[in-house]
Amino acid sequence: MTAGKVAGIIANLVFVEVDGPVHQNEICYINLSGTMLMAEVIKVMGTQAYVQVFESTRGLKVNDTVEFTGHMLEVTLGPGILSKNFDGLQNDLDKMEGVFLKRGEHTNPLEDDKLWAFKPIAKPGESVIAGSWLGEVKENWMPHKIMVPFKLEGKFTVKSIVKEGEYKINDTIAVITDSKGKEINVTMVQKWPVKLPIKAYKEKPRPFKLLETGVRVIDTLNPIAEGGTGFIPGPFGTGKTVLQHSLSKQADADMIIVAACGERANEVVEIFSEFPELDDPRTGRKLMERTTIIANTSNMPVAAREASVYTAMTLAEYYRAMGLKVLMLADSTSRWAQALREMSNRMEELPGQDAFPMDLPAIISNFYSRAGFVYLNNGESGSITFIGTVSPAGGNLKEPVTESTKKAARCFYALSQQRADSKRYPAIDPLDSYSKYAEYPEVEEYFIKNMEPEWPAKIRVARDILIRGREVAEQINILGDDGVPIDYHEKFWKAEVIDFIILQQDAFDKIDCSTSLERQRYMLTSVLNIYNTKFSFETFEEVATFFKRIINQMRQINYSEFNSEKYIQNEKELVTIIDERKIA
Amino acid sequence: METKAFQKIYTKLSQITKATCSLKASNIGYEEMAFVHGRLAQVVKIIGDNVTLQIFSGTEGIPTNAEVIFLGRPPVLKVSEELSGRFFNAYGEPIDGGPEVDGEERQIGGPSVNPVRRKQPSEFIPTGIAGIDLNNALVTGQKIPFFADPDQPYNQVMAMVALRADADKIILGGMGLTNDDYLYYKNVFENAGALDRIISFVNTTENPPVERLLVPDMALTAAEYFAVDKNQKVLVLLTDMTLYADALSIVSNRMDQIPSKDSMPGSLYSDLAKIYEKAVQFPDGGSITIIAVTSLSGGDITHAIPDNTGYITEGQLFLRKDTDIGKVIVDPFRSLSRLKQLVIGKKTRADHPQVMNAAIRLYADAANAKTKLENGFDLTDYDDRTLQFAKDYSEKLLAIDVNIEVDSMLTTCWDLFDKYFKPAEVGIKQEFVDKYWPKN
Repeated sequence: MTAGKVAGIIANLVFVEVDGPVHQNEICYINLSGTMLMAEVIKVMGTQAYVQVFESTRGLKVNDTVEFTGHMLEVTLGPGILSKNFDGLQNDLDKMEGVFLKRGEHTNPLEDDKLWAFKPIAKPGESVIAGSWLGEVKENWMPHKIMVPFKLEGKFTVKSIVKEGEYKINDTIAVITDSKGKEINVTMVQKWPVKLPIKAYKEKPRPFKLLETGVRVIDTLNPIAEGGTGFIPGPFGTGKTVLQHSLSKQADADMIIVAACGERANEVVEIFSEFPELDDPRTGRKLMERTTIIANTSNMPVAAREASVYTAMTLAEYYRAMGLKVLMLADSTSRWAQALREMSNRMEELPGQDAFPMDLPAIISNFYSRAGFVYLNNGESGSITFIGTVSPAGGNLKEPVTESTKKAARCFYALSQQRADSKRYPAIDPLDSYSKYAEYPEVEEYFIKNMEPEWPAKIRVARDILIRGREVAEQINILGDDGVPIDYHEKFWKAEVIDFIILQQDAFDKIDCSTSLERQRYMLTSVLNIYNTKFSFETFEEVATFFKRIINQMRQINYSEFNSEKYIQNEKELVTIIDERKIA
Repeated sequence: METKAFQKIYTKLSQITKATCSLKASNIGYEEMAFVHGRLAQVVKIIGDNVTLQIFSGTEGIPTNAEVIFLGRPPVLKVSEELSGRFFNAYGEPIDGGPEVDGEERQIGGPSVNPVRRKQPSEFIPTGIAGIDLNNALVTGQKIPFFADPDQPYNQVMAMVALRADADKIILGGMGLTNDDYLYYKNVFENAGALDRIISFVNTTENPPVERLLVPDMALTAAEYFAVDKNQKVLVLLTDMTLYADALSIVSNRMDQIPSKDSMPGSLYSDLAKIYEKAVQFPDGGSITIIAVTSLSGGDITHAIPDNTGYITEGQLFLRKDTDIGKVIVDPFRSLSRLKQLVIGKKTRADHPQVMNAAIRLYADAANAKTKLENGFDLTDYDDRTLQFAKDYSEKLLAIDVNIEVDSMLTTCWDLFDKYFKPAEVGIKQEFVDKYWPKN
């Protein structure tokens, strides 16, 4: 293997004089008096490799030795990933000793000694390719498929496969032969370089199914498709993280991968401590059983930040290849972009806008394109739905990271400072936000079939009401309460009903935090009924008082369990209030 | 500075800029400390045998034949119980006339806590200030800054919070403090009889700005000692982080780095996060809570310093002068404590979250009514009532001179709701209305 010596140090950028060939993005280890610091080659000039070190370089000296590994940054794929807390380089954080993270400490992401109950799927003589399912083990409750390693190219034949029984991850569970008869032993573990997408699938159609999130302003007004991409930009304090946590708790997915990328450690701790306690509403199991966390919090090494999102995406692709529905969340992709900027700056590259590297838009869209709904080679389907947050500098949505992401992601959930200030949470602006999936004919068809035939039309009506409500609010602001006709006030308040009842949702209330699709359908019908009802008012003050009562009553409904006694009682009271001013 | 035997002394500088100098030297570790002409310096760049040092107190008067002695170690602080009650400069040297502190040498700016070894913060820090306790409850292990214009009394409020918070140690990291403010803190702590649990690291405006860069790390290394080794509850006060960031930009400018937004270095976010993320709650009871000050210019929070800070910290507190009551209040709209959800309604009464939200919503309605009034429109009866409510709410709860228990804050809210509104206008869960709405 190639070796080298340190020739220069600027923060975590180190210049290495090498004695042989090196690859771009190759991983090397720098020996700092016995501590091995992991680093990645990011540029080569003559015999000098520029490497970014994933850890602190304090105390590093010129002439310290460097060993190259000959491969890019890889993750280890196999049973045991689920429920783990990894750092950005897939070290198992729970296996690390001591309170503080030590430099150069690398821990095994999986357990070599654990026995897994293996069941064969493939039979001897069967023809297989990379990604074909050979067998499965139960990981928590999920069927974890053991696949033909993704790195293998061409067609293979299964020569033998072990019987049902308990095996360790490094045991050979199958022997396959290539076209020339060469035998390859397959274990339950394989490695894959994170920067390359895993493409073990047949085709990637346009997403067409709804991914249920339980968040009304998303599901009802700006739905995200299974296998779709979305992003949430928002100034600080507008509820990005609360929203991401809601999604990770409630979304209808088999597996959740959370990449905590350069954000607060306490937010990850919240997941660590709450998810093992919280129930998954769909399976009744604990949420942690379906969750894997990649934590590169803001005080962890900056260079590993970029690696962390790629690590997370690669794990997602691995599970997608098993035919699972994966939801991946990254908070926040801006921190990753900033990590790129710091490095580009140290390398003295010519800067683009706001000193970000010129290829930022390409890097971002490339990354988003790894998500998607796929049909596997065996006809099964799997998906990665990816939602990233963006932290726009100064709340300005024209900054480069937001702009680049907007080009790549199909759903845009704009968090509005104004809504956050008036505590209208989740602060997703219903009109500035959009979902391109809502326009897909195949998605519309899905709604007609699975929700109700009028659903798409109802959504359009609801949007129109909101738009009109906003226009009327502006006019009232300009002309004054008594400067506009009374029915303007009615229009305004009917829009407010949608805002308060559908859009606003209490993420900290046990019942209101998540709404089933059935209930969402019911709620939308209910507010549209109020919209279509004619009321009689004498003065505009009556309008406000009346609708405030309606809103208050409907909130009580939102806080009651669907179709419970309390719920029905509250419904009845609502009808009484409506009848007071209803024109027959 | 005592020199060790056989220590190599360099005497030839090849380059001097306003903050750095370079020389040829070998076997030097990155981030190693050195003395240049008797001034403390740190290695910031090594290319081959060319070493660049950042001199904290500036390079004024340094000759090209200055004596350079490398110390073979990164910056350290000696930690022990002896730190208590002492005042130090940015290098950790006593400035109160007392003796040197004896103790274990610890590198400052050390590694981060493994996130899985943290505990979720869950201990409420009552301060008696309703604008904080009621609307923006603080929690141990939290990091939160005051966003304030220079004319606002943030140092006073911070000192008040520090003394009322039930902390085992209070560590003050003063960066660019005016001498007057430094003496103010010293006085307040002395008068409160709390000096034995206070430790201060102070860089005043009289000291060179780059020295400030050491202050937060010094303060937090001391904090980690008490929180980890002694399982104590430590409160760290950092004032003013804007001046710290300014020092960062001076250094990055001298190092010819390409500035990003607002002439700040591209690494500002990471630099600030490294400091704030030292806030932690340990399972054994020890904790570090950071309350900082980020001074604003004209209330502009889109500037890179407050903006990056806002993304790192767990909320922010805004002070504002309420002209209706002539007092400084904690602004309920712009202030936010992200960790409050962990304690309100759990460590405090169950109606706390709903009462808090309802009161703020009504206060927001009052703000709208005020705009209407200013634009010359007639007010409805409801508008009038919200305005009266807002005044009472400001006076009895938001003003920073309020000092009451959380339960009485909630009672005050219910009384105000009852005085001005009907339950339907307040919009709180019925069970709480039944239980707490004043019955008369």
